[in-house]
Amino acid sequence: MLDNLQILLSQPVFNLQLLLNGLSVGAVFALIAYGLGLVWGVTAIKNLAQGDLVMLGGFLSFEFAQHGVHPIVSLVPVCAIMFGFGWILYKLVIRRVIQLDLFTSLLATFGLAITLQQALNLVFGPEVRTVSSGFGRLELAGGMVDITEIRLIGFGLCVLLAAGMVIFMKTSRIGQAIRATAQDPRAARVLGVNADLVYALTFSINAAICGAAGTLIAMIWVIQPFYGIAYSVRAFVIVTAAGLGNLPGVILAALGLGVLEQYSGFVFGAQFQQATIVGLLLAILIWRQLALLRHRKALQ
Amino acid sequence: MSRRSLVLHLALLAAGVAAPFLFPAHAVQFAVFWIFVLFALTWDTMGGQMGYNSLGNILFFGLGMYICAVTQIGLVYDVAEYTASNGAIKIDFTDPQYFAGLALGVALAALIPVVVAAVLSWVLFGLRGPYFAIGTLGVAIAAAELTNAWNYVGGGAGIAMPVFPGGPGMRERFFYAACMIAAVSCYLFLRWLYGTRFKLAINAIRDDEDKAEALGLHTGRYKMVAWSVSAFFLGIAGALFGNMTGFIEPLETAYPTLTFGIFMVAMTLLGGKGTLWGPVIGATLFYSLREVTWTYLLGWQYVALGLLIIVNVVYFQQGILGWLRQRVPRWFEAERETAGSPGPGAGA
Amino acid sequence: MTKSIFARPAFAAGIFARPACAAAIAALVAALGAGPAAARVEGDKIILGSAISITGKYSQEGKNAKDGYDFAVKRINDAGGVKVHGKTYKLEVKYYDDESTPARTAQLLERLINQDGIKFVLGPYGSGPTKAAAPVVEKYKIPMVEAEGASRSLFTQGYRYMFAALSTSEQYLSPVIELAAQLAEKHGRKPSDLKVAMSFENDPFSLDVRAGVLDEIKKYGMKVVVDDKMPRDLSDVSATLTKIKALKPDVILASGHTKGAITAARQMKEMSVNAPIVALTHCESADLTGKVGTASEGILCPTQWAETLKYKDPLFGTAMDYYKAFMKAHPEYNDVPYQVAQASAVIQIWADAFRRAQSFDTEKIRDTLAATDMDTFYGHVKFAPEGNNVGKPMVLRQIQDQKYVVVAPLKYAAEQVEFPRVVAQK
Repeated sequence: MLDNLQILLSQPVFNLQLLLNGLSVGAVFALIAYGLGLVWGVTAIKNLAQGDLVMLGGFLSFEFAQHGVHPIVSLVPVCAIMFGFGWILYKLVIRRVIQLDLFTSLLATFGLAITLQQALNLVFGPEVRTVSSGFGRLELAGGMVDITEIRLIGFGLCVLLAAGMVIFMKTSRIGQAIRATAQDPRAARVLGVNADLVYALTFSINAAICGAAGTLIAMIWVIQPFYGIAYSVRAFVIVTAAGLGNLPGVILAALGLGVLEQYSGFVFGAQFQQATIVGLLLAILIWRQLALLRHRKALQ
Repeated sequence: MSRRSLVLHLALLAAGVAAPFLFPAHAVQFAVFWIFVLFALTWDTMGGQMGYNSLGNILFFGLGMYICAVTQIGLVYDVAEYTASNGAIKIDFTDPQYFAGLALGVALAALIPVVVAAVLSWVLFGLRGPYFAIGTLGVAIAAAELTNAWNYVGGGAGIAMPVFPGGPGMRERFFYAACMIAAVSCYLFLRWLYGTRFKLAINAIRDDEDKAEALGLHTGRYKMVAWSVSAFFLGIAGALFGNMTGFIEPLETAYPTLTFGIFMVAMTLLGGKGTLWGPVIGATLFYSLREVTWTYLLGWQYVALGLLIIVNVVYFQQGILGWLRQRVPRWFEAERETAGSPGPGAGA
Repeated sequence: MTKSIFARPAFAAGIFARPACAAAIAALVAALGAGPAAARVEGDKIILGSAISITGKYSQEGKNAKDGYDFAVKRINDAGGVKVHGKTYKLEVKYYDDESTPARTAQLLERLINQDGIKFVLGPYGSGPTKAAAPVVEKYKIPMVEAEGASRSLFTQGYRYMFAALSTSEQYLSPVIELAAQLAEKHGRKPSDLKVAMSFENDPFSLDVRAGVLDEIKKYGMKVVVDDKMPRDLSDVSATLTKIKALKPDVILASGHTKGAITAARQMKEMSVNAPIVALTHCESADLTGKVGTASEGILCPTQWAETLKYKDPLFGTAMDYYKAFMKAHPEYNDVPYQVAQASAVIQIWADAFRRAQSFDTEKIRDTLAATDMDTFYGHVKFAPEGNNVGKPMVLRQIQDQKYVVVAPLKYAAEQVEFPRVVAQK
């Protein structure tokens, strides 16, 4: 462990490698967490199937690639299909659990997660898949640091998508209705916002975002039917850490988590990577709890 | 206990005792059935009666399994050496050694999880609602990952369990009896517990924790006791299950968060949560369905499980018992007289 | 949410006293009790049983094994089946899905033996599930021939009823260390100067491979600079690779079933991580040449079997004939992984045992199996008293010009090993 720290201190260029890898992962995490937070904030549903929607998006782009569609081009149809899929899911399942207690929605989306991953396994098989983007690799710092161009492109796409979402939310009628419902559903309803429609749109937009994230993951890393849960866990860590409706917080937490994973894998060894994330989640939960306790004491 | 109820309990008990003799080929399946009953009963104490939906109860199952394994081996051999050899060392246990190790292992597997639950409850019960569910899930996953990285207990390579000394047939009946005793004592204990003030207290926590606290209820203690009870029985279940399986490893056998951990919840919801018999009926139905159809679905079984959970929570919230109660209220009149709880339609 | 509903057991008296309900419960109990009582030999069929991974983390490899079983069963049946006492029997396999979990494997084997009356067992996939299966067959004295559990600890427990067609796991990557030592000496370096980087999945198989490698490393006094364990859902090993890049080892070893092989090979290319010697397990079942293309050049792959080896038998012909026939029957494969071939070999071992024993008595079959001494397209099969196959070697192949070429041991080598490994740019 100390040896590994030693490397980072004596050869600082490897910090750059870890940072670049971490940030490119983090950008995709941010996208997924943003979608999760959006649904969470507007409908109060904690979507445990988030990662599996991501995998579904990845497999869709894989399918398009089989028919010769370049994965970046396939972003458009994948997002469209995922939007429609989200709509159907909303009508079939989500709508019915919105009014119920929180654990029910957690469990319902968990059921959805299991169904999705197993269905993907049956349709596409358990193999690890990747989609080739055809881009090359950049060498930095005299060949000491390498990064694939697709990681940079993916990072750029994440920024574009996030910016697009923010503008959409701020300026469009639908975006305003969604934000209004998130702030105060009752007041929004009184003012003539169709809550059911807003919920449906929110969930569908989230599904489309997951589709985009899945396409990026298929290009940059690998997809497999059972890898979804790892992304769900990370999205939860990020949203819990950042708090709801805090976009800068989500982006910061996501990038931070991406980098932290790289560092913990480097310093402690890959076997502790997962434990680090989960440990972090617990620490954040407890820390928030303590903050809440202090708040309650102050009120007394 | 009314006479009819007594007769029924005795009849079920007799059926339970006779089962491995009537169907010796199914003894192992029946033994696992009792473990599933125990799963559902202990989950309901927390999720159903107290309203704290834990997704991480499997933690105690895994703890119990590993504590028992380490005790059994540690009594006669150096554990680190045994696990480091990756199973190349074979220990021959004498009969007294085996049974002494098993007894001590099960005892510790019951007690240590209680301590762990007490300590964890201090931290985790601050979390409310879905945060509690996510927090407990986190603890279970973290335990699995850490066990997986811990070389002393074999890490991801797992531990080969001591071999039961008796011949074929003996072993099944032995573990069947052990599992049945564990599940039945769990039932009897909870039945007694739910007859005391304790149940009113944890129900109050479920219905409105803040009010309960305001009325002077030490909610923290009740929550701790409820979780410790779950931990006690789950630890025993883990110890027995590990010995029945013969080879244990962390991710799939000891801490199967996504299979057994979810089955617990699914079974309870299926039967009807917040009742004593709901979990038992849910476990019976779920386990029978699983054993009868599961293996023929060849890959589709988890799709079916996912759909079952969705349909259950979305369209069939109240579970089997809740549904029956709405449809045929007169079946439940006996319970109204004895318990004096509100009549049908009390669902919120 | 329903509030406190009839938690008192007294209600049970109400519910169970109803005949309809009692009948329903009774029916459930009966359903549990009444499994189909198939026999080991049913009419003109010999039924073999297997709990194999169809879902879960080994589902890819489980499919390989199942395809191998099914392919050989069909071939034997098409060729007329197995003749015992003048009567011709067809083979059939009863499968259950063990969900890649050892606990489930153990339960399902109990079920196959106790309820389905299976007397002849085919192994599951993976060392973990096989470790759980062995005590069960041992207890019931039911012979099992397994093809996919290589952990050497399986063969130190004194099991009498388990036989394995494959070579044990310590032989996977330790020959690479040996090769590295030889090459180092040839190029004027001391083997003890070599630095080794290892990344193994945290599962029974890979850890067992690692144990074998460590013994060999100790023998030569080499230095281990990276010793990471890959997590279960390994979609990113870049942190480990960054470390490897910084430490410039002479040998890189990785083992993580198929997904580990793909992820490692692909990210090594992306991060231009290289070493004079790079070795991965499961190259063929991961279809490395197809998935990562020229970046897989020069990677060493241990294999139980290669289609270029000069093995043959009357049923399948040569190893190459088997390869061609299987590829024709399964166009979805890019290559025939050895997992498939050894599963097929297991079926041949069974058929051979039935023919020689001329009996379905399990004890007699066990003794016949123990005396197996046959040539197959998969190699010679001869069991050690511990049950592992000592009749065939493990070979090391290198990916040269996108083909898997045997390079070690020398006796079987078709080509010289390319050393040091050079990565194709882009």
